[in-house]
Amino acid sequence: VIADFLVQGAQMLIVLLTAPMLTGLVRKIKARMLRRAGPPVIQPYRDLVRLMRKEVVLADTASWLFRVIPYFIFAATWVASSLVPTFRTGLLFSWSADLIAIIALLGSARFALALAGLDVGTSFGGIGSSREVMIASLAEPAMIMIVFTLALVAGSTQLSTMAGFMESSAVGLRVSLGLALIALVMVAIAENARIPVDNPATHLELTMVHEAMVLEYSGRHLALIELSASLKLLLYLSLIACVFAPWGLAGPSAGLGALAVGALAYLGKLATGGFLLALFETSIAKMRVFRVPEFLGAALMLGLLATLLLFVSRSL
Amino acid sequence: MPMLAPTVVVLACAALLLVLAIAAVWIGRTRAGTTIIYGTSLVIALTAFLAGMAQLLRGGVPADDIMLPLGLPWIGVRFRMDALSAFFVVVVDLGAAAASLFAIGYGSHERARLRVLPFYPAFLAGMNLVVLADDAFSFLVAWEFMSLSSWALVVAHHRVPDNVRAGYVYLIMASLGTLALLLTFGVLAGPHGGYAFAEIRAAHPSPALSALVLCLAVVGTGSKAGLVPLHVWLPLAHPAAPSHVSALMSGVMTKVAVYGFVRIVFDLLGEPAWWWSMLVLMLAGMTCVMGVLYALMQHDLKRLLAYHTVENIGIIFIALGLGLAFKAYGMAWAAALALTAGLLHVFNHSLFKSLLFFGAGAVLTATGERDMEHLGGLIHRMPHTAFAFLIGCAAISALPPLNGFVSEWLVFQAILLSPQLPSWGLKFLVPAVGALLAFSATLAAACFVKAFGITFLGRARSSAASAARETDRFSLAAMFSFAALCLIAGILPGLFIDALAPVVQVLAGGRMPVQTGVEWLSIVPIAQSRSSYNGLLVFLFMVISGALAASAIHRLASDKLRRAPAWDCGYPDACPATQYTASSFAQPIRRVFGSVVFRAREQVEMAPPGDPRPARMTVVMHDPVWETLYLPVAAGVGYAAERLNHLQSLTIRQFLSIVFAALVVLLLVLALWP
Repeated sequence: VIADFLVQGAQMLIVLLTAPMLTGLVRKIKARMLRRAGPPVIQPYRDLVRLMRKEVVLADTASWLFRVIPYFIFAATWVASSLVPTFRTGLLFSWSADLIAIIALLGSARFALALAGLDVGTSFGGIGSSREVMIASLAEPAMIMIVFTLALVAGSTQLSTMAGFMESSAVGLRVSLGLALIALVMVAIAENARIPVDNPATHLELTMVHEAMVLEYSGRHLALIELSASLKLLLYLSLIACVFAPWGLAGPSAGLGALAVGALAYLGKLATGGFLLALFETSIAKMRVFRVPEFLGAALMLGLLATLLLFVSRSL
Repeated sequence: MPMLAPTVVVLACAALLLVLAIAAVWIGRTRAGTTIIYGTSLVIALTAFLAGMAQLLRGGVPADDIMLPLGLPWIGVRFRMDALSAFFVVVVDLGAAAASLFAIGYGSHERARLRVLPFYPAFLAGMNLVVLADDAFSFLVAWEFMSLSSWALVVAHHRVPDNVRAGYVYLIMASLGTLALLLTFGVLAGPHGGYAFAEIRAAHPSPALSALVLCLAVVGTGSKAGLVPLHVWLPLAHPAAPSHVSALMSGVMTKVAVYGFVRIVFDLLGEPAWWWSMLVLMLAGMTCVMGVLYALMQHDLKRLLAYHTVENIGIIFIALGLGLAFKAYGMAWAAALALTAGLLHVFNHSLFKSLLFFGAGAVLTATGERDMEHLGGLIHRMPHTAFAFLIGCAAISALPPLNGFVSEWLVFQAILLSPQLPSWGLKFLVPAVGALLAFSATLAAACFVKAFGITFLGRARSSAASAARETDRFSLAAMFSFAALCLIAGILPGLFIDALAPVVQVLAGGRMPVQTGVEWLSIVPIAQSRSSYNGLLVFLFMVISGALAASAIHRLASDKLRRAPAWDCGYPDACPATQYTASSFAQPIRRVFGSVVFRAREQVEMAPPGDPRPARMTVVMHDPVWETLYLPVAAGVGYAAERLNHLQSLTIRQFLSIVFAALVVLLLVLALWP
């Protein structure tokens, strides 16, 4: 049990410590693709430390809720991302929340962030919140449909069971899984406010959703929100890796060697995922905000189609 | 000493409430009248709640039959409290107790006291009697009593023109519902008139008659519960009543309607046919999405909440429909899961919807406003109300670790079992319904970001909002006790699921696995490897990691804080009108979904440069249900009435000849009837 406890603790620390690195990596690769030098990969850590040391400048009209929300968002995102298997399945507390609950935890974080956008009473915060809930209103059902597909294939909503099933030979090549993967990537892009849905690097009214909501945050509060955003990106990459590329994942009773292999494989998967994300982002332009529903509607339809296929035949 | 049977206790409570209702006519005139009436109601409701709880925890046995020598001589009046009734007694009286507690404070602002005080205990008694009734006759009488007393409460403030219209629509829809129920029981009782529920249970109607009963029961109970398209009265009537009554109507009376449906369809009607679930699921899926889309378009806080009740009724009926489907194919364990999910949502919804209406009532007392466009910034003026309301918002949006999530999670688990159903129609329908459910769950979150964010956050949009004062202690006590229950039901759902087991056992013929024995108090609907959820651990993890982060940052980094004007990208505008409003918040969703469902059109009128007229934007929306279903019927009735109008001014000879003709026609029909 103590070993299990340690592994769970290691997982929590690993996700927390690698998340800013992933963000830095994506930024660096994007910069290199645009032939810029770009900041070093560890820049996000420096930013976080600096932000945490700075004092908070709080708007006069902000309430207590505004100050609590960063911690809440951080807690929800951190708990969610520690429950997704990264290098080992069957974590000690993995049964405390299945995939639906993990999605819902991220939903809680989003709910809180949208409220924070409205708290100060500025027009930018409102625009961010209202667009965020519009995007979520399509992204979350799409995500649930993807969960349905995976759950019907693997016969479980538990991520460890799912990963184990995907690694086995029983899974085979299925149309529904292909559709679910495409839909999941689309949802992940939307949920993490990446191009083409939102641009995390701008402060322009026309393009921003996530940034508009956090406009009034500063200091340690902003640091926590940035860290949560990195954690969320890591979570989605881990999720895709765990379900669609479970190779190298250590089993519940693996020894130290297997754990090391799992950890290395995980880092490799993260790097690959980050590279692909950066490649995708540099090769596509930002969409108009009212084009986003079409993009996500496609994801929703793909998810629904995948689910329907499974209801028709278990082998599709 | 022999204990009083719980059934007797609840019946006695109902009788006391009736006495109180009559006494209220006199007591209500005294100065302490409000406190006396609501205080007594509180005590009686708590007693009935405890009795119901005791009966539920005993598994509903022994369910004593009580027959009173009232009513029609050859039927009598029968009452019985089995596990199902006991569960609904718990829901009704818990809601009633909280509403009474809230009203001790809230009711003191009431101007038209005598229009509220006598009807309030009567309404409570009516709801209790409906769930206790054990024969068709007393069920219908209690049902109608409940409808009429709540109608009286809806039109309590009858000088507001909207309320009169609300009361009118409610009266018509309630009559329609009762008529459908009357026919339901008529068909169920058959030509021999076996009106006792035991006799109805023993009779097995033919498939065609069962189908008829199902359709009638859906109309009869669905119109009270608010199933689309029978929901039209609900968003008019619920907000019109005083807020504690709104809470009861939305949180509790709709549940009594759910009780009626469950009692008739699962208990009295016998084995279901497979297509019944199709009908229920289709209506429920539509109800879910339409309810929440309507709610998103509202800017009246209480009306938003009322429309949201429609959505939650949809969720409950989805679970019930799945239960019917599984039961029809003999999958008792799956039916048990679906029914548990539905009944748990009944309980959860009664908690958070009452809580939210209490909050809306507190806002209404403090500011005199229901329109969110005139509110804002109340979190500074009413911090406690805001906190309780926030818990309610998070719970109803199905966010973990609160209770709304648990029941929706169970519904999703039930949906994931449905590929095992052999019917093709259901195979296609269920995933679609699942998508609708997921869709409405997210839209609900959007809706409550709007409800809380516009009402309580930001800056005050009117002088009434900026001068608001925190509400009284009784109201706060009611709100906080329900907020605490929302959390408890969210983190310890296993206890509630186990308490529901005897109810589900009767209805579905199976039960969910025992949850209290699972380690760490997780809930495991089917098997550990398949799915499990532990609200307690999720809650603890969140508290610990949040506290850890806060203390680490405050210790190691910085805890300095400075207040300054809002930054707003460098262009802060001091005018509160520059904030997002309820309508502007909903604009993206209105454009994406509303333009299809409500044919929403925006018209922007810009004055040319130099013209001092303000620019205007108008949004035109159409209510598809009202326009396609009700207006034609209303027009038809109006047309027929106009045609028949001249019958009123006939001579006596003409009247007599009409009577004669009618007699001849009726006798002919009777003679020719096979």
